[in-house]
Amino acid sequence: MRENHEAHDQLLRRLLGAPGPELTCEQCFDELDRYVELELAGADADQLVPGMRAHLEGCPACHEEHLSLRALVQAERA
Amino acid sequence: MKTARVATVGALSRLLPPSSALDHAGVLDADSRAWLDALGSEGHAREQAIGRLHELLLRGARFEIARRRASLPHLARGELDDIAMQSANDALVAVLAKLDQFRGHSRFTTWAYKFVLLEAAVKLRRRPWHGRELPLEPERWPHVSDDTTSPHAGAERTQLLEAVRLAMETELTPHQREILVAVALNGVPIDVLVERLGTTRGALYKTIHDARRKLRRTLEADGYALEPAPPRGRER
Repeated sequence: MRENHEAHDQLLRRLLGAPGPELTCEQCFDELDRYVELELAGADADQLVPGMRAHLEGCPACHEEHLSLRALVQAERA
Repeated sequence: MKTARVATVGALSRLLPPSSALDHAGVLDADSRAWLDALGSEGHAREQAIGRLHELLLRGARFEIARRRASLPHLARGELDDIAMQSANDALVAVLAKLDQFRGHSRFTTWAYKFVLLEAAVKLRRRPWHGRELPLEPERWPHVSDDTTSPHAGAERTQLLEAVRLAMETELTPHQREILVAVALNGVPIDVLVERLGTTRGALYKTIHDARRKLRRTLEADGYALEPAPPRGRER
């Protein structure tokens, strides 16, 4: 049942997106490198780049690219 | 190969706003400065720098392909190598063309990597959809089964999902509905739609964004208390 709930919550998130203001895809791309470095530096990236988190929750493509860039930069620094 | 006029480090530094990637004197970190110096030079030094940049981008493309390898069983090794090379080539053109837009808000390599990750991701998303028809109408609305452990919560979800379905039918334009259904219900990657419809990711995402805002307004007006969507996981 819990899995059922989670599946439907995910569906609702895909349909309704995140509440509040968010960046556009272009703004997300412009800020992505800075955002990732802030995250890796332990800074409050969401505070410093407002609207990024909401966009990453709403846009699957930008979300994947965020995860990829963070993983790549992390791997390079390891 | 397409190249771009490269701003000198001195000229670039004057344009750079204060940033976490700059030191207290507003100077780029040494590695980023070295990249810009080399790419801004002439002759053999510049050619060498472009060669190193291409190697870096190719490494980024291969990293992305390796991350997605498990979901790409239908692609042969040779095809993946081609995608990596094409991605690095396309990203190199983009990076050189936009070099004067680098503001030092991150390290140069982080900035450059995002271009090749975008190129590789878009190509990899599109490849499985070549020659396939796009599902633009709902293939199915998922069945919400009864929840015996928490019937109330289950009923609320069922009701909300039904209200969303209805609002999509009555409130959205045909274009908004088509795009939202394809992406959110049928799992079509936005980059595949971009290619088929001859538009941009930004324009399509705006359609999705506007549709979602319309749905949220309708649901709230109908008395549904929409909790803030929880993060899908920071995956830190």
